[in-house]
Amino acid sequence: MNTETLLDGQARRELATMVERVRESPDRVAVLFPAAARRVARGAGPSGDPDGVLGPTLEDLVRLELLRACAGVLTPDALAREVADLYHHGDSGERRAVLRGLAVLDPASAPVARELMADALRTNDTRLIAAAASGPATDLLDAHAWRQAVLKCLFVGVPLADVRGVPERVDAELVRMCADYADERERAGRPVPDDVHLVLGHSPPDEPTEA
Amino acid sequence: MRIFDPHIHMTSRTTDDYRAMHEAGVRALVEPAFWLGQPRTGVSSFRDYFDGLVGWERFRSERFGIRHHCAIALNPKEANDPRLSGVLDLLPRYLAKDGVVAVGEVGFDSMTSEEEKAFRYQMELALEFELPVLVHTPHRDKVAGTRRSLELVAESGIPPEMVLVDHLNEATVEMVHASGCTMGFSIYPDTKMSPDRMVRILQEWGTDRMIVNSAADWGHSDPLLTLRTGEAMRSAGFTVAETERVLWDNPVAFYGQSGRLVLDEVGPAEASATFSGNSILRGQPEGDTQ
Repeated sequence: MNTETLLDGQARRELATMVERVRESPDRVAVLFPAAARRVARGAGPSGDPDGVLGPTLEDLVRLELLRACAGVLTPDALAREVADLYHHGDSGERRAVLRGLAVLDPASAPVARELMADALRTNDTRLIAAAASGPATDLLDAHAWRQAVLKCLFVGVPLADVRGVPERVDAELVRMCADYADERERAGRPVPDDVHLVLGHSPPDEPTEA
Repeated sequence: MRIFDPHIHMTSRTTDDYRAMHEAGVRALVEPAFWLGQPRTGVSSFRDYFDGLVGWERFRSERFGIRHHCAIALNPKEANDPRLSGVLDLLPRYLAKDGVVAVGEVGFDSMTSEEEKAFRYQMELALEFELPVLVHTPHRDKVAGTRRSLELVAESGIPPEMVLVDHLNEATVEMVHASGCTMGFSIYPDTKMSPDRMVRILQEWGTDRMIVNSAADWGHSDPLLTLRTGEAMRSAGFTVAETERVLWDNPVAFYGQSGRLVLDEVGPAEASATFSGNSILRGQPEGDTQ
C-alpha cells in the first residue's frame, strides 16, 4: 500500500523529511515514530476503519515508511532490535504499526517477529490482535500458535476473512476447535459468530494434522 | 450536556462507570498518572502503569464512546521514594506519545525537598515537550502548598495559561485566579468540593479559566459529579453556554494547547460495532483476562 496517493502534499513533504532524518540517524526513529500521527496524518486508511482493525490506518502507513527507512540503513540484527524496542516502548497505535510492518525484518529475525506477535495475541486489544493475525509475518506462527490466533480472532470479533492463512491453512484440528466453540455458544444460548463458517465450511485436505 | 472530565482515574473504575458516564454526556476525559493507593516498589511498575494509560485504558474507554487522553508524571507522594527516582528517566519516552496531553500530576504532598526537585524537573520536561502541566495541590497545608506551587511555576518560565492548578477550594481560588493559571476543582461526595459550593465559587469568580472534574479514583468518589455540578449550575441560573464553558470548552482549550487532543466522536455506533455480525462487546465480556 502506497502513501503517495493517500496523503496530501503537506503530509507527503513532512513524511519525506522524517524519512530523511531516519536515514541520517536511525536512532531518531524512537521519537519520530510516536510523532507520526500528529505530524503527518491519522485516521482511516483504505479499509475505511479508523480503529485499524480492518486494515492499516494512515498513521500505520506513515510508520511503515519509517520502518522501511530503518531497514534501508540498519543491519538485520540492529533492525530487529530497533523494531522490538519500538514495539515494547510503543502505545497501542505504535504497536499496531510495528505488527503491520514485521515484513521489513530479515528472515533470520523470525524469532523476534514471533515474540512480538505472541505478545499482541495475548492482549484483548482487537487492533493488536488483528494486526498480528493479518500480515505476511503471520505465516511464521507455528500450527498451534496460528490456530490459537484464529480462535482468538473469532472470540473477540476480528473478521476471519482478513486473517492470514484462512482458509488455506485450516486443518482438522482448527475445525474441531471452532466446532467446539460454536457448540459451547449454542449450549449457552448465545449467538454463534457467522465467521465460524469460514472455518467449518472449509474441508481440510485428508492429511495428517500439521504438528 | 457535553462533558469533558479533565481529571479522572479510570484505571480504578468499572465498565459500569464508563457506561454511566457516556449516558451522562461524558465524551472525553484526561486520566493523570497518580498514586495507586499502595506504594509501588520499582520503576518497572510505573512503566507497566504508563503502558496501561496509553494502551489498554484508551482502548477500554473508546469501547464506551469516550475519548481517553492521559497526563504522565511521577506523582508528588512517590517522588519521596528513592527506589522510584528512575521513573524521571522514563518520562521522555511517554511525553512524546500521542494522547499524552500534559505533564501531571506534579506538585506537593508533604512539601519535602524531594517533591520540590521532582516538581521542578518535570516542569522543565513540560517546556521541552511543549506540554501543559497539571498541578496537584496538597490535602494538608493546602494554602501554603498552593502558594509555594505558584512560586515554582512562576520561576519555571512556563506561561501561566499552560498550567492547571487543581483541587482548589474557597481558601485557594483567589491566589490562583490572580496568577493567570487555570483553576481546577474536584467535586467529591464528602471531601474537597460539593456541587453547591462549586456554584457559589462560580457565582463569585465567573466561569473563565474554571474547570470542574470528578477526580474519581479508588476512594469514595463519583464520576457523575461533573454532571451534577452542571445541573446545579443550571438550577442556579447559569445559561447552557456558561455551563458548557466550564464542563467542556475550558478543559478543551486548556489541554488543546498540547496539540494532541483527539475529539472526533467515537459514538455508540463504534462502541457496538459489529464485524461479520459479531460485536466486539459481545465477543467476550470486557475485563476478561484470558
